[in-house]
Amino acid sequence: MAEILLRSATISVLVENEAGVLARVIGLFSGRGYNIDSLTVAPVERDRSKSRITIVTSGTQMVIDQIKAQLDRLVPVYRVLDLSAEGPHLARELALIKVVGVGEKRSEALRLADAFRARVIDASTESFIFELTGASDKLDAFLDLMRPLGLAEVSRTGVAAIARGKGTIG
Amino acid sequence: MDGTLLTAEATQSGAEILLRALRAQGVDTIFGYPGGAVLPIYDALFQQNAIRHILVRHEQAAVHAAEGYARSTGKVGVVLVTSGPGATNAVTGLVDALMDSIPVVCLTGQVPTHLIGNDAFQEADTTGITRQATKHNYLVKKSGDLARVIHEAFHVARTGRPGPVLVDLPKDILITQAPYAEPSQLPHRSYRPVTQPDPARIAEAVALLKRAEKPIVYTGGGVINAGPEASRLLIEFVRLTGFPCTSTLMGLGAYPASDPQFLGMLGMHGTYEANMVMHGADVMLNLGARFDDRVTGRLNAFSPGSKKIHADIDPSSINKSVAVDVAIVGDAAATLRALIAAWKADTQVQDKAALATWWQQIDVWRSKNSLRYTQNPDSGSIIKPQYAIEQLYKATRGRETFITTEVGQHQMWAAQHFKFDKPNRWLTSGGLGTMGYGLPAAMGVQVAHPDALVIDIAGEASILMNIQEMGTLAQYRLPVKIFILNNQYMGMVRQWQELLHGNRYSESYSAALPDFVKLAESFHAVGLRAEKVDDLDRVIAEMLAVDRPVIADICVDQKENVFPMIPSGAAHNEMLLGPEHKENSGGYTGKSVTDEGLVLV
Repeated sequence: MAEILLRSATISVLVENEAGVLARVIGLFSGRGYNIDSLTVAPVERDRSKSRITIVTSGTQMVIDQIKAQLDRLVPVYRVLDLSAEGPHLARELALIKVVGVGEKRSEALRLADAFRARVIDASTESFIFELTGASDKLDAFLDLMRPLGLAEVSRTGVAAIARGKGTIG
Repeated sequence: MDGTLLTAEATQSGAEILLRALRAQGVDTIFGYPGGAVLPIYDALFQQNAIRHILVRHEQAAVHAAEGYARSTGKVGVVLVTSGPGATNAVTGLVDALMDSIPVVCLTGQVPTHLIGNDAFQEADTTGITRQATKHNYLVKKSGDLARVIHEAFHVARTGRPGPVLVDLPKDILITQAPYAEPSQLPHRSYRPVTQPDPARIAEAVALLKRAEKPIVYTGGGVINAGPEASRLLIEFVRLTGFPCTSTLMGLGAYPASDPQFLGMLGMHGTYEANMVMHGADVMLNLGARFDDRVTGRLNAFSPGSKKIHADIDPSSINKSVAVDVAIVGDAAATLRALIAAWKADTQVQDKAALATWWQQIDVWRSKNSLRYTQNPDSGSIIKPQYAIEQLYKATRGRETFITTEVGQHQMWAAQHFKFDKPNRWLTSGGLGTMGYGLPAAMGVQVAHPDALVIDIAGEASILMNIQEMGTLAQYRLPVKIFILNNQYMGMVRQWQELLHGNRYSESYSAALPDFVKLAESFHAVGLRAEKVDDLDRVIAEMLAVDRPVIADICVDQKENVFPMIPSGAAHNEMLLGPEHKENSGGYTGKSVTDEGLVLV
């Protein structure tokens, strides 16, 4: 029963940068009961005429195909790509992580941050803010380590993704 | 700057630009209702004669009327309503058009741009509210965009899978001077629906169809929407192949109902033969239908042995609920043309013997005569609703007839017993199931076809949902006939309560009904009533003879149910037949409905 297997999909959507376009995409997901695990959006053209939305979702293959088809028929959508099905791709997320603490826990947090190549972008005598970029599971792993060391607040961007090689979405 | 090239040409007010763009789109009729935010448009309408405005009595009816106009002409229907309540009242009509893929452009007034978001008088977030109720919508924020947006709205409404498009027009945009722009000849930036089928998929389909031993052609509203040429090609294809053909509620008329290769409608209240053929088929060709739950019954038991070919203009309709073997994205006419050419070019010989055996089986199923009912012919007998439709059908033969319906039992009996031989003559709310659809839709048909016979087959409950449109009929002398099958119940609700909820008729009795004869007269129409079978033919004849709006109140058997019926959650071969079929032990026992089925609507 391969059909009922759930899989995660990273979908890139190139859209006209106009009012309401994000609401259309989100409304489609909520109206039809699809999951959104992560969603990012920003203009990507020099003249800001197009935006790229990256959605991480999950479902059966039939549902993911349906999501693609539903997105594709929205009028302001130029292109829909299921990056996870198209071939190798890169997916990255950035997190700003505030860790509050003193003493041994504080220095342990700093050592682990170094191992994860997280940058310290703010520090006080009782806190650090780390900036960490990477795949979502790397961020998850780092956050798990920080939790006993005084993890206080997290801000994550959600996933931005792009296919490897010379092919483009445009 | 907004990027629009200003020409030397003099600018006009936004309202004048709007009407000019509508004329360029071939609009001759608008269904609307005025209000504060659209006064500049009404002022511009007053000063011209090219576009006729039909004043409805409720904005929902304006949209249904535009749907009726669109479905009977193949053109885009146009609606004009004011901001706030005008727009919110139109929402049901928009969703109805969305579900049934009807091209409509709805123009809504809006408070001036500087007041948007301030909770101004009669302000509503119309584009927000209608985003999921339309194929697409626009809020015009700059005068320079107005003409382009109007042209684009028509393009989006009529192309691809058609649907409703809304344009929200702030009042200042309607007053400010704006430049006009002709419709663009360039393709749309991002919206480019595929209409031509992929030849490789056509070849795969033909290979399957040629080898089919138990084939079925299952057609839907997509064939109607593709225009009369698609229906002509469908007839050519079905005759060429010798295949049986069935249709959804939305597709009736695309293939002539009187043709022996037509099996009648399929699905929940479809014929026994159509559903048994779907269940037993080895190759299914779905043309412009969407495997609606009313058609499929229980999904995991739906046509279990068939290879499925699905041709649809909307890729999101394919593999949505039913996984198919061959997916063809394209317009129904283009697809049929390609299928016919490929069928003729293919050298594989059809297994005619197997097809003949299949037809023998079909004739056995057909001989059950699953739509059978018994009308007591004795004087003074109560009228069976099916008989009323059959007599109406017989009386209208030879006339150019359009039938609209409301929603419920009468709708199903009309679909079963009124035979449509041409497309665009049958207008019913299929997807949304909107009670109150039929009267305003009939109004829209009659406006487009002043000399045709337009009949709304109605129930006494549904008709009251937009009864105010009797006023519109009177004002424009639209001789629409309203044929009410009056059983004093919301019949389909009552039927489900009888079959699924232990005869507890909770709130489904139509208490305190108006006297429909007097109601007709108070709206300047003719009121007629048939209480006994002896009255029926006389009332029908009188109704058809009058060149005025008529309400014919046909008092029918209250206990009659719609059969056959596939109960919720059951498969096609678990159909219930009516009390006429003794082998089915007089109908329904309630045992075949599971809890899972009970939650389905």
